[in-house]
Amino acid sequence: MSVFSQATQERFQTLLSHYPVKRSALVPMLLFAQDELGYLPPEAIREVGELVGASELAVREVIGYYSMLRLEPAGKYHVQVCTNISCMLRGGDDIYRHCKERLGIGHKEVAADGVFSLEEVECIGACSWAPALQVNYDFHQELTPEKVDEILRDYRKKAAAR
Amino acid sequence: MSQEVKIISKRFDDPKAATLDGYLASGGFQALEKALTMAPEAIIDEVKKSNLRGRGGAGFPTGMKWSFVPKQSERPKYVLCNADESEPGTCKDRLILQYDPFSLIEGMIIAGKAIDSHQGYVFIRGEYRYLFDIMERAINEAYRAGYLGKNIRGSGLDFDLYAHSGAGAYECGEESALMESLEGKRGIPRLKPPFPAISGLYGGPTVINNMETLATVPHIIVGGGEWYANLGVPKNGGTRLFCLSGHVARPGVYELPLGVPFPRLLEVGGGVANGKKLKAVVPGGSSTPMFTAEEAMGLNMDYDSIAKAGSFLGSGGVVILDENTCMVKFALRIMQFYRHESCGWCVPCREGTNWLHLALGRFHAGGGREGDVDLLREVSENILGRTFCPLGDAAAMPTLSILKRFRQEFLDHLAGKPCSCGVSGRPALATH
Repeated sequence: MSVFSQATQERFQTLLSHYPVKRSALVPMLLFAQDELGYLPPEAIREVGELVGASELAVREVIGYYSMLRLEPAGKYHVQVCTNISCMLRGGDDIYRHCKERLGIGHKEVAADGVFSLEEVECIGACSWAPALQVNYDFHQELTPEKVDEILRDYRKKAAAR
Repeated sequence: MSQEVKIISKRFDDPKAATLDGYLASGGFQALEKALTMAPEAIIDEVKKSNLRGRGGAGFPTGMKWSFVPKQSERPKYVLCNADESEPGTCKDRLILQYDPFSLIEGMIIAGKAIDSHQGYVFIRGEYRYLFDIMERAINEAYRAGYLGKNIRGSGLDFDLYAHSGAGAYECGEESALMESLEGKRGIPRLKPPFPAISGLYGGPTVINNMETLATVPHIIVGGGEWYANLGVPKNGGTRLFCLSGHVARPGVYELPLGVPFPRLLEVGGGVANGKKLKAVVPGGSSTPMFTAEEAMGLNMDYDSIAKAGSFLGSGGVVILDENTCMVKFALRIMQFYRHESCGWCVPCREGTNWLHLALGRFHAGGGREGDVDLLREVSENILGRTFCPLGDAAAMPTLSILKRFRQEFLDHLAGKPCSCGVSGRPALATH
């Protein structure tokens, strides 16, 4: 039995067909696996490993290298605030502190209700629209503390609606 | 007002250009039609003539890079696009991905024809998922219309192309680490030589170029190498995307000819924000040595002029710092980044960035000691040139430039004088 949905399994098969070596599909497969499950539990690691012909240890070694891959669940909405130079010069530190206060959590922590998690991240390539953050994969740019409040409110509403 | 010269960015205002129909309507795939009638050597010659140089960081001449690939090879050859845009201060490739993905596809097919390769991959950083989706859609559309796959448009040319997602690692922007990652491993750099042109992905001869570089190729094939070269200055052909960020009135990505005087670039961005005075400039992403305002105002923004002045045009990430910026804090934030991103393979980088971060942090927090400025310099110098890949240098170079140009500011911190941030006490970094 697979831990993945039919759609994700099909996506894996398509990916595997793109490379002369199965192992090449490993990193994107892990990311897509995480997108579906929220993190990488042992059964997902084993299944992905079998698909690319790598041992569980080898897969874990790869997971440990990439900053986006995680072994523990994050919040439903993972707030990633950039504080690197271009954001810092335009108040990125304040935006990060503001998020910490509003969410009541710190770096790589998950709120008790599981709706939000927070991470201070390195440059996300939004330098000319700084300060910026990402919620999951969505970019929010040219931020002010007021704008952050709005953004967080919208995601909270979305979480409640489900 | 705008003094931009729009070539690579000519489709950024056209929302339809990201579809095949829109791309074709704006002159798309004319370069491919032309390239299909050209001999591989003729394509490489045209790119050489254009004086196109790498837009990712090192600024190596693109045509020459292509010419290093052996004609005969037992192993398949590969064309790779480096869209792992992660150098702090750089945000240009994402615009090409978003607004003009087909120009990259076209550029990569042409590169494939030039080096006789039939397989390409676009390596996109994991954080850019919406752009990965756009790229995948564009690739699928190109396949359906016969612009990718077997016998492209009846020409007999075969070329397959796929988008590949990273999962968060600055180091994977280094070409050999990118290939390791693409082979499903940790992104650890390889020992060079052999260079990718001889032994790259899966050990095959490989051309790896930055996304902006490859997306420029179709414009060169249509307009001609000479036309492109003449847009810039000698040995620095064409235009490039400059990413203006920091304390500038109108941050943004602006396309200007190579060799543009820095004051004009700053003017395009509306000058320093809030009427403040310029203090320092990062010329090409966080890894490049910084300039003082005075130095910067005399610079021309091309590879050779900046190199002569002791830095690099790099990735085009130009960061503007105003008079209130604390340079100790700035150096500390840069080091926090490199410490986080060091892959840990080479000791000087792994240990050096860690100790530099600790020492800068202590210094910034007011606990600096006599001799710390020299300690920072010594540790930086001991990283420089002693690592497999340029990440170590990328950490050491800006630090050394800040220590050299703003030494007094470090000494003022030691003496307990208020920092130039203008805030009483020294604000800590957000850091976790």
